[in-house]
Amino acid sequence: MLKIADKIFNSRLFTGTGKFNSAIQMEEALLASGSELVTVALKRVDMHTDEDDILLHLKYPHINLLPNTSGVRNANEAIFAAQIAREALETNWIKLEIHPDPKYLMPDPIETLKATEELVKLGFIVLPYIHADPVLCKRLEDVGTAAVMPLGSPIGSNKGLKTIDFLEIIINQSNVPVIIDAGIGAPSDAAKAMEIGADAVLVNTAIAVSGNPIQMAKAFKIAVEAGRMAYKAKLGAIGSHAIASSPLTSFLD
Amino acid sequence: MSGFNDIFEQCSWDETSRSIYSKTAADVERALSARRRTLEDFKALISPAAAPYLEQMAQISQQLTLKRFGRVVQMYVPLYLSNECNNICTYCGFSYDNKVKRKTLSPMEIMQEVAVIKEMGFDHVLLVTGEANQSVHTDYFKKVLELIGPHFSHISMEVQPLDLTDYEELRSYGLNTVLVYQETYHEEDYKKHHPKGKKSNFQYRLETPDRLGQAGIHKIGLGVLIGLEDWRTDSFYTAMHLDYLEKTYWQSKYSISFPRLRPFSGGLEPKVVMNDRELVQLICAYRLFNEEVELSISTRESNLFRDNIIKLGITAMSAGSKTNPGGYAVEPQSLEQFEISDERSALEIAEMISKQGYEAVWKDWDNALREELK
Repeated sequence: MLKIADKIFNSRLFTGTGKFNSAIQMEEALLASGSELVTVALKRVDMHTDEDDILLHLKYPHINLLPNTSGVRNANEAIFAAQIAREALETNWIKLEIHPDPKYLMPDPIETLKATEELVKLGFIVLPYIHADPVLCKRLEDVGTAAVMPLGSPIGSNKGLKTIDFLEIIINQSNVPVIIDAGIGAPSDAAKAMEIGADAVLVNTAIAVSGNPIQMAKAFKIAVEAGRMAYKAKLGAIGSHAIASSPLTSFLD
Repeated sequence: MSGFNDIFEQCSWDETSRSIYSKTAADVERALSARRRTLEDFKALISPAAAPYLEQMAQISQQLTLKRFGRVVQMYVPLYLSNECNNICTYCGFSYDNKVKRKTLSPMEIMQEVAVIKEMGFDHVLLVTGEANQSVHTDYFKKVLELIGPHFSHISMEVQPLDLTDYEELRSYGLNTVLVYQETYHEEDYKKHHPKGKKSNFQYRLETPDRLGQAGIHKIGLGVLIGLEDWRTDSFYTAMHLDYLEKTYWQSKYSISFPRLRPFSGGLEPKVVMNDRELVQLICAYRLFNEEVELSISTRESNLFRDNIIKLGITAMSAGSKTNPGGYAVEPQSLEQFEISDERSALEIAEMISKQGYEAVWKDWDNALREELK
């Protein structure tokens, strides 16, 4: 089972709440996914009312909210937003997203490190969205991050695990859970991420804009479980060449 | 200081126009199959040669828009604060030489309008004025932002171009987005359509998006008034402007509008008429050229057009709009800037969006994210 900070998760599929065609469709898809950690953009929810349409559809005992700071451009804005979220949504968990670049939504490593350090001191459980940068992951660990969330490919691109070589390094040397966020476009990408040893994946676009979000959510659920099972069972080595008929080392026999 | 003007000056209108009109089917096919499309590809996509490829463009545009923006349409509403204007613009109902009753809303009147807009469901408001520096100036805007700030999570502005320091100041008062349309990039024609007033200064207007970028305005809206000049050439200049701004002011977001000249009492007939098919071509061309840019459509367009364009690349839409100051509550009968075409209520539009399999999104920003406003 996956443990982040003090919470145990049965499902290793984390999900997002954007891009669905209605709150009801979002709710049905997220229920089908079995996800227990669901990220919500602060900019989309109305924190001044108890009747926000998105939040009303997420009221289940098994669903933990993970507010995210999407839209902020620097550490100060992120820290401020996190404090508002903690007060309004009554959780000290925060998905830190700092992208000063609104076109490609690339995370700012310097501001992210600064904000993580500060938020940890303020008592937050911080899950930062970052580029697949192994050194940054270690630096975040040093300042007390609860997990790291490196991207598989540009956010919303559905391009899969373009950063796989770096993800493998990160997974290999991480002391905190590694959640692969952004770019996972198909259940096979999610399965692959789990096979290489990711602790969890976060999927939004690929579910929300598919032809049938509920079916797709189920497909991701199964793929994540299959990938995890395969990782634990240990995959066989991949052979790329045949055994030579005249071995070069036969003279040693 | 260097800015878009440097690029603009190297570009000849006639050559650009010739280049667009000489694009061939092969150029269009190359643009369609490209992984990321260039300004030359954009030329091909807006050219007459692309007309037979419209369905293919629409299919790609839909897919790209879904991937980036999802099944949602952002909702906003204009709030006209004033029709006072010292400019003569040949196409505008608020033109200085147009004999209409002039009005600038008082704080109390603004709040009456706000109450109606909030009741309609809006959380994103677009403030609109003419250019009248004696009454509608930065201090007035600051007061308005303070007044209405608590009631909206996103405030946009479409007013006269201002100086850098004005934008910096207004940003600190909670201004998110500024729309400033060039009207036309054809300099001589621009002067014909804007013979009097500060707006006749083509250069100052052309450099406005640079000032917005320097001031760190979150979102910058561009566009031309379609009907004044050849829309293909004008739109190419807009795309070039967008491309320059994105690379230079990479921390701002961008949106594009495509207002077609609408009738108003005593107004100018469009020099160039763009039909619906051509507007769809332009919208899809923008999406294929730039997957991330927001594309916005107003109530200038007809019900039928708006209903069907949602799936083709549009990301934002106004609804229930009034284009006269006081139009929602204070003085509904006063003269409009232009006649709107889609007169359905915000609720009806939201229902229509839902029927298309999309969701109307009212809130997509929060001042909690703005550290400078705390």
